[in-house]
Amino acid sequence: MIELKGVDFSYWDKQVLKDVSFKVNDSELVVVMGPSGSGKSTVLRLILGLECPSAGQVIVEGQDICVMKERDKRVIRKRIGMVFQDGALFDSLTVGENVGYYLLEHTRLKWPEISQKAGEMLGFVGLNPEEVGDKLPEELSGGMRRRVAIGRALLSTNPRAMLYDEPTTGLDPTATKNVLSLITKLHQEKGIASVIVTHQIADALEIADRFVVIYAGHVVFDGSLEELRVCEDERVVGFLEPFRKSFERVAAKNFVNGL
Amino acid sequence: MLGSLVRRPVYFNETMEQMYLIGVGSLFLVVLTGAFSGQGFALAFSQELAAFGAKDYLGRIMSMAIVRELGPTLTGLMVAARVASGITAEIGAMKSSNQIDAMVAFGIDPIKKIARARLISLMVMVPALTIVCDVVAILGGWIIGLFIANVTSTMYWSAVIYKLNFGNIFMGLLKPICFSFVIAFISCYMGFTSKGGTKGVGRATTNSVMMTSITILIVNFLITKIVGSILKGYL
Repeated sequence: MIELKGVDFSYWDKQVLKDVSFKVNDSELVVVMGPSGSGKSTVLRLILGLECPSAGQVIVEGQDICVMKERDKRVIRKRIGMVFQDGALFDSLTVGENVGYYLLEHTRLKWPEISQKAGEMLGFVGLNPEEVGDKLPEELSGGMRRRVAIGRALLSTNPRAMLYDEPTTGLDPTATKNVLSLITKLHQEKGIASVIVTHQIADALEIADRFVVIYAGHVVFDGSLEELRVCEDERVVGFLEPFRKSFERVAAKNFVNGL
Repeated sequence: MLGSLVRRPVYFNETMEQMYLIGVGSLFLVVLTGAFSGQGFALAFSQELAAFGAKDYLGRIMSMAIVRELGPTLTGLMVAARVASGITAEIGAMKSSNQIDAMVAFGIDPIKKIARARLISLMVMVPALTIVCDVVAILGGWIIGLFIANVTSTMYWSAVIYKLNFGNIFMGLLKPICFSFVIAFISCYMGFTSKGGTKGVGRATTNSVMMTSITILIVNFLITKIVGSILKGYL
């Protein structure tokens, strides 16, 4: 579905990613972790073709997205849902218009029909459409905005892959739990490939099939939870040390679930 | 941006909304500018003309100077000050909050969606506002002529109409169309290329107004010089 092959990327003279390679298979949920400024969000921008690497390839659905014409990139992007950090909701539109934005732009559907679909999607992401549909994004809490952003990405693209940029950063524990359970529900019910970029390790451990750790622009780990638990690379160990308790808790929970 | 003018989708609602914001929003400012500039200009010139016994020429001077030079330039500068800053700030804020990237992610071309609607709106509304400014300024000149300079209405209006020839009207309408390109191109470019968060947006907004205003003055001079020499026989 998505593959990065030997990707280098620089912002002007600062090299952000160095020889980054990993793959996301269909229906797989991969969490990309790493300290702040390690280049995690750049990975998502590369997958969407918003940026192009200085070396290497970003393969999406079997094609290198960076050699495509802009028109072809748009076709690929329509099949990938992206939830930006802080939601990136259009602040001049209501919540309902935000969720129905893709349909407004790309279809000939009338507003009542779009509004109905947007309402259903708001319900799917756990929000009351009658309560929030006519509000502006600024009137919502951080967790609600994040859920609206997920709803907008889902309704817009009927996606084959979802990309989440720090979906739980800055949220309180209840909102974090709600957003994570929504991501898990989506992954399980719709079976779409998902890439979550986060530095909130405790959250990531609960939901991922596979983990990629980026440290100083390099991929220093790519594997399962069990492999991560026994990894001896000092950069990975140092980065994960503060979350050791969360590791043991999730490992124990998985063990019990597996019985 | 120019190529996107003729390509689909049209974004009709967005364009109409921008026309309203630019046209109706700038109307009061342009009327005030036209009224006071026209009266001030007429007052100064009527005194000079009276010294030579040529005050009956006030209408000619008003017509030529306002329609060809002052009307387009003042309207361009006023719209630039009001609209260019707004466009740059809006696009810059959208960029810094990832809304532009979100648009791209949904398969929407932000140049078509944002820049084209504003360019078309400016191309329609700046000439319209210029005509309003011209009319108000010439009316202002008539009031000064009638009550202060003792120029009869008949003399004033016949002189005004005499100078409303093809060359002056053509130049008076060509300029605002060119200015609308200048305002749209610079303000959108500044917004799309702004960086550095809110501070960067503020800097881009200031630069946008400054560059738009200077470019309008330079373009005005060039059009007067080049088109003036081409249309010499019609002015």
